[in-house]
Amino acid sequence: MRTVYVVAGGVSKFAKARPDKTFQAIVKEAYDYCLQDLGIDARQAFELIDGTVASYFSDHFQRQLMSGIMVQDYLGLVPKPSHRVEGGGATGGLSFQEAWKNIASGHMDTCLVYGFETMSHVETWKGNEFIALASDVSFDFPVGGFYSGYYAMMVVRHMKEFGTTVEQLAKVSVKNHINALHNPYAQKRKRLTVEDVRNSPMVAWPLTRLDICTMSDGAAAAILVSEDGLAKMEKAAGRRLPKVKITGIGRGTDAMRMSDRPHQSFDAFYAANSLDNEQDADSKAYYKELWGNGFRYPGVHSFRAGRMASKQAYKHAGIHDPLKEIDFVELHDAYTSSEIQTYEDMGLCRYGEGGTFAESGKAFLPGIDYGLDLPHQPICPVNPSGGLIACGHPVGATGLMQAVFGLWQLQNTFGKHLGDDKLQVKGARRGVVHSHAGTGTYVTATVMEREP
Amino acid sequence: MADHIKTHPEESLEGAVVFNVPIPTDLEALTGMAPIVIKYPYHIDYVHSYGQDSPFFAGLANKKLLGTKCQSCGHTFATPRMSCMQCGGATKWVEIPHEGKVHTFTVCHFGSEAFLPECPFVLALIEFEGVDTLFLTRLMGVDPLKPSMDWVGTKVKAKFRRLSQLKPTDVWFVPVGS
Ligand SMILES: [Zn+2]
Repeated sequence: MRTVYVVAGGVSKFAKARPDKTFQAIVKEAYDYCLQDLGIDARQAFELIDGTVASYFSDHFQRQLMSGIMVQDYLGLVPKPSHRVEGGGATGGLSFQEAWKNIASGHMDTCLVYGFETMSHVETWKGNEFIALASDVSFDFPVGGFYSGYYAMMVVRHMKEFGTTVEQLAKVSVKNHINALHNPYAQKRKRLTVEDVRNSPMVAWPLTRLDICTMSDGAAAAILVSEDGLAKMEKAAGRRLPKVKITGIGRGTDAMRMSDRPHQSFDAFYAANSLDNEQDADSKAYYKELWGNGFRYPGVHSFRAGRMASKQAYKHAGIHDPLKEIDFVELHDAYTSSEIQTYEDMGLCRYGEGGTFAESGKAFLPGIDYGLDLPHQPICPVNPSGGLIACGHPVGATGLMQAVFGLWQLQNTFGKHLGDDKLQVKGARRGVVHSHAGTGTYVTATVMEREP
Repeated sequence: MADHIKTHPEESLEGAVVFNVPIPTDLEALTGMAPIVIKYPYHIDYVHSYGQDSPFFAGLANKKLLGTKCQSCGHTFATPRMSCMQCGGATKWVEIPHEGKVHTFTVCHFGSEAFLPECPFVLALIEFEGVDTLFLTRLMGVDPLKPSMDWVGTKVKAKFRRLSQLKPTDVWFVPVGS
């Protein structure tokens, strides 16, 4: 497969509501930002772009079918080829990988991927109902369909299995909200304490409002190219462009109904789901003991799809020890609990160690005062951007927003794009972007690297 | 400030009815006038078939919990599926025990619009002896304002509506002895 580079990204303003513009015009903000960053105009872009991928989740929110083509024509990109991708919360991650496929396969030299969601058309509780329709409407939705409730059940089991605490969850919220103080794109920029998180209104026990991301209106876009596409883009831009390439692609799935998730044996886990850094005697003994205590995999406490996605992406990129070999991660923290569960899926720590990892300091940024006593130096900052919890979650845009933040980290341009380089991971060479749908049904992991 | 002291009213979609808006004579000024926001209702009756899963709901109406068991590998599903997720084999209907244990739970203080009037309510996944998967249900007979990790592992039993609604909420669970 051909090498694929990401040359530009753009993110619109994310807000609770964007009545100032319709969705097409919000996407155009992100698209225009890409062109402006490259230094090319719309006419040049039209010449270069071979096709697009449209990333959006729900037709309910807008009460508009085929929104994708309305973006395509608004951007002036008809009659170029395009297709829509949908996979719940992972829509953006899947779309980004579809754009990669378009280039890697040789089908296109330049591909634009754009994503959006406008969730403000209905009241919050109707919005929750629309989102909960992403659960089995025969068996799950009618019992009390509510995504925060589903994730709360998962973390209660995590707490039961491993002794994870609500304070550990709260520290993820503190980290991500404080990171966002330096990110003007973020919707919620707050200096919080663990007490603030615990004292905020209870939504689904034990998750409070500050453990949970909000619904948003927003858009994001990215441009991917082949070697030839890069050469053409550089010619149009009249300058050399930073080389950031995609080196690993992974995806996984699990059953829609959480109740159906398997409870596998130690041997089954090791055969199908273990990572390279879990093959040593110490890890095997650790897991043997977990199984001895009644742990079964994945149950409802772990996201097997996230593990599968990471495993594939690491194999593709040649990553053997993720914590040491990845410089930062942008992951899908729709809930503080899912960030902790995802540390484990991605092998930044072992299953069961997510809670202690969260408060170790390893996933924090250096040089930022979190008001917390962190025992360990930062190793691999997770969600330096502030993640979904602080930036917002306009579903179809989210995974692309994460990819754009990942791109800027690797271009070493965080300061330029955010007007503040506090969140720039110094010397970042390799990052992973993780996108996740409903209770861990679809998950993607994408490895990106700066070419020396 | 204490949580119960409100500083602003809840936002809602209530609003005034407007039939016209002023327009400037200078069309250059029009770009400054967005947005105009309108509201309309969207109420629909849907017809939904439970299809191959229908016997489960007939079971509830007759105070039976029906799951399925794989004919090839024996995997037993508390929430029925007619094709085995483990091996692809065909499954057959079996009765699931009426007693089990709380595998995990949550208390929903908010929810989807359809369930807001019922908040706070308790959602739980139930595990059963000899059954490989879990069952999503409401847990009743516990105080939703005093949740505790000790609820995990609690022995519970199924209760059924006298007048079936042919919905999964025809069954719910309560602690054994309550
Ligand atoms: Zn089977």
